[in-house]
Amino acid sequence: MPEMEDAKISASKEHRITRRRFILGVIAGGAVVGAASYKILSPGGRTRGAGERWITLNVNGRMRRVEVMRQETLAWTLRYKLGLTGTKLGCDRAECGACTVLIDDVPHYSCSVLTNTVRGKRVTTIEGLAGADGTLHPVQQAVVDEQGFQCAFCMSGFIMSAVGFLKKHPAPTRTELAHGISGNLCRCQDYNKILDAMMRGAEYMRRA
Amino acid sequence: MAVIRDVMPAFELLQPDTAADAQKLLEEHGEDAWAMAGGLDSFDWLKDRIKKPKVLVDLSGVEELKGIRVSSDGVEIGAMTTLTEVANHPAIRGEYGVLAQAVDVVASPQIRNQGTLGGNVSQDARCWYYRGGWPCYRAGGNICYADTPVGRNREHAIFGANRCVAVHPSDSAPALIALDAKFVMQTPKGERVVDAEDYFVGPELNITRLNILGPGDLLTAIRIPATWAGANFYFEKVRDRNVWDFPLMNVASAIKLSGEAIGDIRIAVNAAAPKPMRLKSVEDAVRGKPGNTETGEMAGRLAVEGAVPLQFNAYKIPLMRSLVKRAISGVAPPQWTQDAAILNDAAREATWRS
Repeated sequence: MPEMEDAKISASKEHRITRRRFILGVIAGGAVVGAASYKILSPGGRTRGAGERWITLNVNGRMRRVEVMRQETLAWTLRYKLGLTGTKLGCDRAECGACTVLIDDVPHYSCSVLTNTVRGKRVTTIEGLAGADGTLHPVQQAVVDEQGFQCAFCMSGFIMSAVGFLKKHPAPTRTELAHGISGNLCRCQDYNKILDAMMRGAEYMRRA
Repeated sequence: MAVIRDVMPAFELLQPDTAADAQKLLEEHGEDAWAMAGGLDSFDWLKDRIKKPKVLVDLSGVEELKGIRVSSDGVEIGAMTTLTEVANHPAIRGEYGVLAQAVDVVASPQIRNQGTLGGNVSQDARCWYYRGGWPCYRAGGNICYADTPVGRNREHAIFGANRCVAVHPSDSAPALIALDAKFVMQTPKGERVVDAEDYFVGPELNITRLNILGPGDLLTAIRIPATWAGANFYFEKVRDRNVWDFPLMNVASAIKLSGEAIGDIRIAVNAAAPKPMRLKSVEDAVRGKPGNTETGEMAGRLAVEGAVPLQFNAYKIPLMRSLVKRAISGVAPPQWTQDAAILNDAAREATWRS
């Protein structure tokens, strides 16, 4: 059954509005609203060194111009301004890890980073892992092969944490890897399966 | 309180490039300014709308506050150096291992990647009444919600309470006290250097701050003298979960042996009182004695003298007794507390080799 459904979706991709595309459309339209609310919220004139309104971010290897509020977090910008909704917001308090992205290859909670502080840095989200031809990152492929997650809300955060950790520690033991991705929570309590998948991902990365 | 997920209220964002500029901005904006290091303590306050600074001075772009400089006098760690960097630095791992062990068990990997040493020692109290925006003594009110017959105070102080019963939550602070570190600040009156234990203040002196930083003050560096390099170190942190959690209590000690006996020692515990406690009476009592279980037992008993437990935290007395005993007995820390450090060792060796 799942295979049949997949086939149907891909066949009608051209003229169907998918949920994802609908969300992205709303986000593009929302840019105007974003600008209006910024003016209301802004506490007056600019002072030296103030955060800019229009900034350029390097996200997934592309330079993106985006208008941000001074108090805006990176998770907010990624999801609601750039439409990169693969990054999830769970707790919004640096306690769950769902929003983990790589900043200069180091895992960070994007809910707890001001967008204005990542100018000039490389941001990598789950959308930036796959190759240009759609080839999945070894860790992503391992998740598919091992069926590593249940509901998978935490998945992109876990994958980003694992990718960041494995870049520095390519051959971890299972316990070392568990420690490396210990900054992420899974409410399905699926940790063993996740570790299976991530260990396989490590193996795929070494082979690649 | 419900968790607010909307964007934080607006503030002016200032992003200075130099420490001098940062200090000037903090001075200029005084009480309106909020100095932000890694931001992990700050964002809770701002997102929950409990603290509403007009001006946020983001220190993340100040390169001169980052990095670790090694000299014959010891090491100087920039206040904005991340905890990951401190934990991984070969000189700190080699000569001042107690600090590496302490920062290695702070929070989670992502938080250590962003959180800074300066931020770790300057973070605010974690009492949930205070963090939840209740108008308690620390928040400028005139009541303590934790110290009542039904107040939830399992994590709170057994020493040094004065109206407020919150504890200091830092893991690096006791290690820095054990290493006799000096804290360097830029203030409106110029540079100021204080001993680690004098950086922290209890509620009897200032109930609204955990440290001596006032408006216009900027912590720029932490200097560790070579005095205790390569001493026998002990660090142990006890917490409910092995990731994310603040300490229920931690202990850090540095011991120099002369023969079989303890020649000199510095020992500190944290999360027992509103500021990190250096245990001078214990230091005096064990100097010249053999570093064995008997001395440890004596030290543990001495350490908890005068403790005043609250309704739900009496367990902290035997906990502190055991931690001090172990820190002095010359035993290895229990395996389960050291998993993280051991795992990191293996991983790091791989990194340094590559």
